[in-house]
Order: sequence, then C-alpha cells, then structure tokens
Amino acid sequence: MLVAALFGVLVGGQFFAPANLELMARQTAIVCMAALGMTIVIASGGIDLSVGSMIALTTVVIALMLRAQHAPLSAAAAGVAAAALCGLINGVLITRLKVVPFIVTLGTMLIVRGAAKGLAEERRIEAPITWLNDLLRTQGGAARLPPGIWAVIVLALVVAGVLRYTRFGRHLFAIGSNERMARLCGVAISRTKILVYTMSAALVGMAGLLQFSKLSVGDPTVAVGLELDIIAAVIIGGGSLTGGRGTVAGTIIGAAIMTIIQIGCSQKGLANWVQQILTGCIIVAAVALDRVRSTRA
Amino acid sequence: MTPTFAAATVDKERFGMRGIRKAFGATVALDGVELSVAPGEICGLVGQNGAGKSTLMAILAGALAPDAGSMTIDGRRYAPRSPIEARRAGVAMIYQELSLAPHLTVMENILLGAEPMRYGLVDRGRMREMASAALAQLGHEDIRPDAAAGTLSVAAQQLVEIARALAVGCRVLVLDEPTSSLGSDDVAHLFALLRRLKAQGHAIVYISHFIEEVKTITDRFVVLRDGRNAGGGVTAEATHDAIVRLMVGSAPGDLFPRTPRHTGEAIVEVGDLEPGGASFSLHRGEILGVAGLVGSGRTRLLRTLFGLEAVKRGKVRIGVYSGGALADDPRGRWRAGMGLLSEDRKSEGLALGLSVADNLTLTRLGPFGPHALVLPARQRRASGEWISRMEIKCAGPRQPAGELSGGNQQKIALARLLHHGVDVLVLDEPTRGIDVGSKAQIYRLIDELVADLPGRPAKAVLMVSSYLPELLGLCDRIAVMRRGRLDAPRPAAGLTEHDLMMQATTGGAS
Repeated sequence: MLVAALFGVLVGGQFFAPANLELMARQTAIVCMAALGMTIVIASGGIDLSVGSMIALTTVVIALMLRAQHAPLSAAAAGVAAAALCGLINGVLITRLKVVPFIVTLGTMLIVRGAAKGLAEERRIEAPITWLNDLLRTQGGAARLPPGIWAVIVLALVVAGVLRYTRFGRHLFAIGSNERMARLCGVAISRTKILVYTMSAALVGMAGLLQFSKLSVGDPTVAVGLELDIIAAVIIGGGSLTGGRGTVAGTIIGAAIMTIIQIGCSQKGLANWVQQILTGCIIVAAVALDRVRSTRA
Repeated sequence: MTPTFAAATVDKERFGMRGIRKAFGATVALDGVELSVAPGEICGLVGQNGAGKSTLMAILAGALAPDAGSMTIDGRRYAPRSPIEARRAGVAMIYQELSLAPHLTVMENILLGAEPMRYGLVDRGRMREMASAALAQLGHEDIRPDAAAGTLSVAAQQLVEIARALAVGCRVLVLDEPTSSLGSDDVAHLFALLRRLKAQGHAIVYISHFIEEVKTITDRFVVLRDGRNAGGGVTAEATHDAIVRLMVGSAPGDLFPRTPRHTGEAIVEVGDLEPGGASFSLHRGEILGVAGLVGSGRTRLLRTLFGLEAVKRGKVRIGVYSGGALADDPRGRWRAGMGLLSEDRKSEGLALGLSVADNLTLTRLGPFGPHALVLPARQRRASGEWISRMEIKCAGPRQPAGELSGGNQQKIALARLLHHGVDVLVLDEPTRGIDVGSKAQIYRLIDELVADLPGRPAKAVLMVSSYLPELLGLCDRIAVMRRGRLDAPRPAAGLTEHDLMMQATTGGAS
C-alpha cells in the first residue's frame, strides 16, 4: 500500500509545488470525506452504492434552504441530516429485509436520485452567496488551509479513533470479518449495522456540503457515478470488500492516488480517456492485491 | 479376535480396494484398508466417526488420491484423478447431503452433465426417454420427468439421485448414510429398491451407522476402526453386539485428570426444549456429556440452548444471573453467564482475519476502557495473560487468528469463555481436529474448572463429543441423542463405549 503511494508520488516530479498540492487537496476533499464513511461501511462487510445520489440530494436541500432564507448553518445541518436519514433507511432496509447491501443500496441509489430531482423540479437551484461557498477556498494568507479541508482532517481523525478505540469499532470489524462469530459472541448486529450506515451517510452529507460549496448551486445531477470513485479509494487503501479490514489512513492514500493520477494526467496533457483507463487499471490491480492478501490470511 | 474378512472371490469381484493408505501430514487416516464387492451383492461399511470412512469414500470417488494401495473395477486398474474420471469409470456416489439442482426438472437432473445431444443441441425427447427408462428400472414410473426436482419429497429426490447414477451407467453404487433423512416407510421402499438393484446385478456399498439397517439389507460387511480393517464377514452370521464390539474395540485409555468434584446446585434447567423435547438439568461441579451419531441433532440442541437458533418451544433457565429478564439470544446467554464453543471453529467460532486479541475478548470489552472505549494496549495485555496461561503458540495478541494451528485456534475460542468468566461452558466437540498435546491441555483445563477447589465456586460443563473415550474419561453423566431425541442422562461410572454405541445406533429402521 505504501509502495503504491510512493509510486504515485514519484510519477511526476513537478507535483510538489504548494499550489498544486492545494489543488489536489481540494479535488480530493469531497471524495475523501465520503470515503471516510465508506470505510466504515466496507469494514463492516457492507457496501453503499447510493452515496453519489446522497451527495446530490444534500446539495439540493442546502440550496433550497438557503433560498428559503434560512441561516447557512441550518441549511448545512439540514443537508447533512437529509443524507443521514437516507443512511438510516439503508440500514433499516438491509437489516430488516435481509437483502444484500449491494441490491438495497442499488435501489436507494435510484430512489434518492429521483427524490433529489423531484425536490429540485429537475433544475439547478441557484442559492444566495454565503460563507458556505468559501469552504474550499483558501482564506487570505499563505499556508492556511480552507475550512473544508480542516473538516476532512478532523473528521478523519474522529473516524480513525472510532474504528480503533471504541467498542462499536471492534463490533463492526467483527461483523465484517465473520458475522456468524459476531452473532455467537452476542454482538448486537442489527443495531450496529444501522448505526454504521447512518454514520457513513452523515459523512457523505458533509461531502455533499463540500460539493455544494464547490458548485455554489444545488444540482440533482451531480456526482453520478461518484460512488465508484469513493469505493475505489477505500479498496485501494486496503479495505477488503469481504469485510473486516479498512483504515482511514489507507483510504486517504487511496483517494490521493486517484487524484494524483487525474491531475498528473491532465498536467502532462494526457487525454481524459487515458486517465480513465489508468484509473480503471489501478482499481483492478488494487482488488487483485486485496484477494492475494485475503487468501494469505 | 482375529478379524475374519470374507472377501468375495477375486475373479467374481466387481470392485476392490487393497492396501489403501492415506496420511494428512502426521495424521494417518487410513492404513492398509481393504474392501471388496461382488456384482449382485450389498456390502456394508461400518465405523465410528473418525474411523476413516469419509476418507475412504473420498478416495473411491476420485476426490483424493491414496498414498499407497490400488483399486480395481472388474479386474481393471482404477485410479481416478478426479471425481469426473471416477464417474466415467462407473463409480456412482449418493451422498448424505443430496445434491440435486432444485430448479431443474427431474429429467434434467438425471442427465446433468451427460445430456444427449443432436446437432449440437440438447435432445429433449431422448432425454425424457432415458430418464423415464431409469425411473422405470427403479420401479418408480410415478415420478414425472418434468417435475421440478425441488418440489419432490426428500425420499423422491434420493430416488432421482439413484436414477442419475443408473442412467449414465454405473458399475459400483455407493450410498452414504442414505436413511438419515428418511422416515420408516421411505426406508422400507429404499430397501425394496436396493434389493431390486441387487437382483439386476449391481454392486452396492452401503455405509451406515445403524447396525440394524446393516443387518437387514447387507450381505456382507466390513468394519473400519482407527483407519484399519477391524473385521467383517457375512452379515447373517454376525450379531449386532459382535459388530459393535468390532467398531469399538478396546481403545487404549487416554489419561483424563480427575480432581475431586462436588456436584452442587442445579445451574441450568432445560425443559422440553425443541428439538426433540430435551429435558435435563446441569449442576455446578459436573460435566454432562452428550453422545450420539453425526446427524443426531446434538449441535442443533446446543445451538437452540444458546439461542443461536430460535427457541420455539421449551424453557431454559440459567440460575446464575439475578438481574432483569434476558432475551433468549446469544447476548442474553453471555450475560447470564453461559458461553458456547462452536463445533465449527473456522466459520463460526473464530474470525480468522481478526487478531487473537479481538477474537479472545470480543464478548467482554468493558474492562479495556471507560465509556465504551477500547484501549488496545489494555486489550493486548489481558489477551497476553491468557496466551501464556493457556500456552497458546502465537506471535502475539496482534497476530491474525487464521495463522494459528487448529489446536491453538481452539484454545483461543476456549479462552474467550474464560475471559468472559462464564459459569456454564457449553462445548461442542472441543477437541475435534487438534493435536494430542493440545487435547491433553484442554482436558486438564476442563477438569480444573469443575473441580471442588476452595476460594471459588465450581463451574458446570455441557459437552458434545463424538469421541467416546473422551466422554467416558471426563464426564460425570452422559446422555445419548438419537435421531433428534435426547435420552435421559445416566451416570458415566457404569457405562462403557459399547453401551453408548449400542444406545446410539439403536433406532434405525429395520
């Protein structure tokens, strides 16, 4: 994993200009934030395909709230809450219906996207300018990171702490590694899973907030397919799709690698399609590595 | 008693195995085993769990290659490299677990893998003909070739499997515990069918635990014990008793520690529990063993007791906990002071990808930090104590449990119960598949737990095992489970392996 990170870094020597790094950080922020949530979900043995749609819904909710003259803070809170609600619904459906998460979230992906489009009446929602739009912009003065990036860093530390230092974290890894054993040990499986999906969705909501900040409008068509980038970030970073493994550090590196490829390619003047092929190769290689790692375990 | 092995005369033999040897690492599963069946004959294969029957069948079916020895069919060498080659050579296995494709029709199942083709497409007309012919040969034209296999009764499904064996042509038919899921009527029909096949000249191997069945249907029998031939002969000339004696032999006594115990208060009361309406009580200071054949329902009983399977009927009272009402689920059981050691340590007992520490401490993370926090250092320290106390060979508490040997893995699963501090230990096959050294340690440990020592109340142990000497050596009382029903426990002192085996094997249909 570290080798992959180094490789990514070596790819372009001109990378380390601070402006460039900042550009990369801003690009990755949204995926990174959402990937924090996805790390929790994948570590618990699940998956959530509806995250892209959640991001879109969040931007729409925030924009609508702002237009209705609500304070920016309440708008942001409402957006995150909307996403968290979707997560709660995912969690409940997965545990009650006993249908695999892939299928349930495939369905909610479409449902949430439809809801977002419905709410926005199939338009982009213009919203008044507030400080929310500056979340990803550097405030005056060099070497001061935008608040959005700080948020990612802080939440990354929080999630890492939860995964490593709490009972909830031990339980979710147990469920992901061997659900039958977790059941035998009396772990509250349904409750833990619902909490996992809700927490993850809240983080996705934060990512939606950052997305709104980047766009300055509520757009129900944004982030289509972003879920794949988010999942890829977690997998490249060492998370296992079979569950039981995943780290925040790994996820961040995974997201960074993908951004490095993106920016590196565009800076070198490589066409978009080259980027896509490269990213695809990395994803497949990462999953293959994951299988080798699991069979050795 | 010198084993009498009345082999069929070589030139009349349809199928023979000679000098079959198979070892897995240091464990010798089979050591010079012989088996022979003539056409028009049913030969029974009998033996306890662990005697080597499954390994022998795997070799016969082409799933395993023997280390030494040879096999012949109709005098020609038979050395399959895969189950497909075995099938082509004419060896048909009907396993205990039926393996039909439930969504396909009967005729598709019968000819699966051997569909008649015409111009590259499946010839359904011919398929139906062949299937009907096979079913007719069995005397069961009543089964419709177009019915979906999943809609048939278990007995009918088994017939379809046998028809499949016949349709493609078979020289040897092997049935592994065919009656374990059949009622007595169906068993009678199956036997009538087998007699019919016998009359048609097929060579049949019949594997079963149920001596009564073996006595009813087989012409000759072979007994396996500890991987060797322990005897055999003409069925009509042997008594049930004699056959069991061959199965059981006189096992060299394992040394089981016995510190003085004192049977205390009843700590678990079970009343009329599904399955089979089991009722018994378990006391502090005692080890209650449950014997029985594979498939008799012992694991199901333990899992229902522990709440892993829904408690549909019956009551379980665990007398230690004095708090509020607890749910009938594993969480409730752990909190009430009862812990389970699963018989399936790889897929249920442990999470192989998680560390030793995580596996060991998952049920009780409380002491490792305030307010639902878990400080990994404390968790590792506590695990380290158990690792040294139980002599678990591992690189440390952080090592993934999957990297340890079977014996050490089992010790981790057991240490979990000790770390949790349960008063009632429910153990399902605690020493299955582990090395002798670890076994001895576990015996010592279990004995210590129930011993009458000052300073702490003795615990109670409920133990399922398929290894009779172990049950007799460790337990104070033993109950036998037969086809889903648990007989009343009896004091172990007066029992012998022979008694237990007789009790366990009675109850087959005849």
